[in-house]
Amino acid sequence: MTDVVVRKFLIRIEEIFHEGGPVSANPPRRGTIMAVVKNPYAGRYVEDITGFMEDLKPLGLEMSTRLLNALGGDKSVIEGYGKGAIVGEGGELEHGALWHMPGGHAMRALLGDVKAIVPSAKKVGGVGANIDIPITHIHASYVRSHFDAIEVNVPDAPRADEIVLILSMTTGSRVHARVGGLAVSDIKGEDGLR
Amino acid sequence: MTVIRKIVTTLEETLIEGDVVLPQPFRKVSAVAVVSNSASGRYVEDLGELMDLGEQLGDILPRRAVALLGIPGDQVESFGKAVIVGAEGEFEHAAAIMHPKLGAPFRAVLGKGDALIPSAKKRANIGAVIDVPLGHKDHARVRSHFDAMEVRIPDAPKKHEMVVAIAVTDSGRPLARVGGMRKEDIGQ
Repeated sequence: MTDVVVRKFLIRIEEIFHEGGPVSANPPRRGTIMAVVKNPYAGRYVEDITGFMEDLKPLGLEMSTRLLNALGGDKSVIEGYGKGAIVGEGGELEHGALWHMPGGHAMRALLGDVKAIVPSAKKVGGVGANIDIPITHIHASYVRSHFDAIEVNVPDAPRADEIVLILSMTTGSRVHARVGGLAVSDIKGEDGLR
Repeated sequence: MTVIRKIVTTLEETLIEGDVVLPQPFRKVSAVAVVSNSASGRYVEDLGELMDLGEQLGDILPRRAVALLGIPGDQVESFGKAVIVGAEGEFEHAAAIMHPKLGAPFRAVLGKGDALIPSAKKRANIGAVIDVPLGHKDHARVRSHFDAMEVRIPDAPKKHEMVVAIAVTDSGRPLARVGGMRKEDIGQ
C-alpha cells in the first residue's frame, strides 16, 4: 500500500456557445479535473509498480464524482469522456499508464451502463506542460460528432517527482458538428464501438 | 448573447504547499469569457458598447466563479481582473471592458469590495497566458493576499476577440509569512 499524496486539484468547466455559427440552444460543456500527485517511483527504476493502480482507485472515484458534480451532478447528461496523465521528468511513461485502470473504471462505474473505451493520452513533461485529452462518445467510440480533444495544463505541475492525473467528461458534441459519420441516433450499443 | 463564444471556469485547490499539508485547502477560481471585439480592426471613437459588455461580464463571470467555489459571495477574500486583446484590437478596448462598468456588478456579487480591483491587460496571440493579479477585496494593502492566477484559453483570443478574466479566492496565499498588513487589521 502506497499513500496517494495529492498536492492540488484543478477543475475546469468550459461552456461553448458558438464557434462562429448559430448559437447553440443547449451549449455543450466540457469538464476536466486534474490531480497533482506524488510519483512514488520517480528517480529510479522500479520493476513492480502495479500495486499503485489499486491505491489510486479511491482517488479515481473521488475525481469522477467531483467532476460530475461540477457539471451539475446529473449523469444522464454526460455524452463523452477521456483521460490522460502527464508524468514529471523523474518518472517514466509507464507510470502514466498506471492511470488507465483506476481512472477509466472509476468514470465508467460512476456513469453506469457505458460500453465504450475511455480514450487516453499520456506524456512525460515539464512543469506547466500542456496535454490534449482525447474525447469520444461514452457508448460508441465511432460516433463522429463527439470526436474532440480538450487542451489542459497545470501551470505549476508536474514537478519531477509528480504526476498530473486527468479525467474529462463532456455534455454534447462539437458545437457545430456537421461532417456526417455514425450519429448518436445510429448507436447499436453492443460492442462499445458502434 | 452572440458576442460570447465560450466561458471557461477553473477551480484550483491547493492541499500541500512547500511540503506542508495546509490546515484548510487554499482555493482560487477564474472565470473567463471569450468575446468578439466590436471595435477591432479599425479606430472606433465611442467604446460605449464595450463598456456595456464589461458591465454584463461583471455580473456573469463572478457568478460562475462563486458557484464553482461553492461559497456565498460575501466569503470571497480577494479578487482581480484581466483582459487579453486580440492582435487587431487596442489596449483601450481592454480598458473599456474593465474600468468603467465591470466593477460595480462584480462587487454586488461579492456583497462588498471596497478595494481597487487589481488588473492586467495585454495584446497577444491565440493561446496566450495572462496572470490575473489578486488583492484583498476590502483593502488593497493586505499583504497576505497579494497573489495572481494564471489563465490561458488555448483557442483564444482570435485577432478580433478578447479574453476577459476575473479571479476570486477564499483565502490569502498558502503559508503567507512575510509580514505587513493582515486581513484582521482592516478597519483598525
